[in-house]
Amino acid sequence: MSSDAIPPQTANVEPANVEPESRTDSARERIAPSTASGADTAASTDAAVDARSTPVTKRGLSVTLERLRAFYGDAEQVKGIDLEFRANEVTAIIGPSGCGKSTMVRCINRMHEEIPGAHAEGRVLLDDEDVYDSSVDVVAVRRAIGMVFQKPNPFPTMSVFDNVAAGLRLGTSGRGGRGKAELSAKVETALRGAGLWEEVSDRLSEPGAGLSGGQQQRLCIARSLAVEPEVILMDEPCSALDPIATLKIEELIDELKQRVTIVIVTHNMQQAARVADRTAFMLSGELVEVGPTQEIFTKPNDSRTEEYVTGKFG
Amino acid sequence: MNSSAAFGRFAVSPARRRKDRIARATITAATAIALVPLALILYYLLHKGLGAWSGSFFTTDPTGNTFFKTSSIGGVKSAILGTIEIVALASAIAIPIGVGVAVWLVEYGRQSWFAHTVRFFVDVLTGVPSIVFGLFIYIVLIVGTGSSYAGYKGSLALSLLMLPVVIRSAEVILLLIPGALRESALALGAPRWKVVFRIVLPTALPGMVTGVLLAIARAAGETAPLLFTAATARNTDFNLGHFMNSLPVQIYDDVTSPTMAVVNRAWGAALTLVAMILLLNLIARLVSRRSRLA
Repeated sequence: MSSDAIPPQTANVEPANVEPESRTDSARERIAPSTASGADTAASTDAAVDARSTPVTKRGLSVTLERLRAFYGDAEQVKGIDLEFRANEVTAIIGPSGCGKSTMVRCINRMHEEIPGAHAEGRVLLDDEDVYDSSVDVVAVRRAIGMVFQKPNPFPTMSVFDNVAAGLRLGTSGRGGRGKAELSAKVETALRGAGLWEEVSDRLSEPGAGLSGGQQQRLCIARSLAVEPEVILMDEPCSALDPIATLKIEELIDELKQRVTIVIVTHNMQQAARVADRTAFMLSGELVEVGPTQEIFTKPNDSRTEEYVTGKFG
Repeated sequence: MNSSAAFGRFAVSPARRRKDRIARATITAATAIALVPLALILYYLLHKGLGAWSGSFFTTDPTGNTFFKTSSIGGVKSAILGTIEIVALASAIAIPIGVGVAVWLVEYGRQSWFAHTVRFFVDVLTGVPSIVFGLFIYIVLIVGTGSSYAGYKGSLALSLLMLPVVIRSAEVILLLIPGALRESALALGAPRWKVVFRIVLPTALPGMVTGVLLAIARAAGETAPLLFTAATARNTDFNLGHFMNSLPVQIYDDVTSPTMAVVNRAWGAALTLVAMILLLNLIARLVSRRSRLA
């Protein structure tokens, strides 16, 4: 399950005239090579067991923005950003409200274009593949790049188990594609990965919306982990949570970076200082500066960064 | 409030009290007046309708024999079954199409000019008098094809009537589904159609059931679209290609009869129809109470 197992870009070029079903399959193959190629269920269940007991292979991918611009109608919200998110690192995006942090992050997994009238320009390289290439299947991109939102939003009609399994079920073609045992193993792995297994293992069939706010947010993290992404985007994941729940998520982020690349948008500068390896400061849709978190907070190059992190504005 | 200074700074002045009492009395009276016709309708329905009800009332077809004993005029079995059949077919046509249109409007059409056009015409359709739907089907399927009345033609007329109600109620419910829910499903890498079928529709289901049942209840009470499409018949018939009896049309026929017993049968049929619709409304309320959105 290492990152070099990902097939080159050609894997995304051919499916243009292939059935949608097989395209989904190739996307799954890209994300979880062991599942798609390993024919027997037992082997991959073993893999899942390994995944939770031993330190996981680093499988995060780097994300590189090249001259990324994002628009709402004609209004330019992100004004040409060049930025690299390094593999298996946590990068925090800070900046005042409305500076385009969320918009920029939503461009990475192409969620920005879901807003009517919105579009993005430039390139977003996942390792070396441009997710904005015309041959790219947007569904496959989103399976490789998970997302956790500001407010915990478990699917209200689904149980804890179904919530975590949702990504797997929604992505595969039909129900027959996946064995029950395999699904359970993947759900357990994801819940353990999100540090939630101990708390919910005895109530997997209860509604996901019945958990506490912090548990719901970790459920959402488990949900995105279940499809085994290489990158996870977090858009202010703790802004609706209390300090203790926040602490748990932050500890989780520290563990998760072992296996994925994390981009976290936050309004909380202490949080950025606690969790991020590198921090990027944005202002009015532009990247002011990016560097090791320590440096950004102690000796930034730009005076605007200094003013912001010392609380002079924002 | 100098005049009431004796009662303290916060005392309500007598004039204010008087105004309040008059305003309260007025709106209470208005409510009472509005309830009078409702109470009278219910009273007459129960008073006259219950008298016509009997065991055989529900198990026999109307005979058309109206000159002799009351016992020989028959009941409303064919009308009950006819109404159920016609409305069931109308629902089978209108609900999938209506929900489909609503899904398209909310999930795909959104704010496009075509979506706005569709919404406009759906609103126009809501305001069309029910007899116009009957007339339309009459012109197209009966005069136009030179064929005769049939149950399914009545169903088509009713489905046209139901369609705008289903579309609008389903659209309102779909708009209530938080966008964050769709986003989180899309961000998991789910294709749009799966988001609609597996996330949006199941979440919207309880609310939609309410709107759909109300549309069914509305259609079940309509006479005009059936008068010259399904017409009237006396015998129970399960073939929707034939003439078909229905409760509203039988009420319409019976009430014009010179025979008192037959007029009473109309009251019994009316009570039956109201009871059926009330039952649907109760189910709708029960379902919506369980809704996670309400």
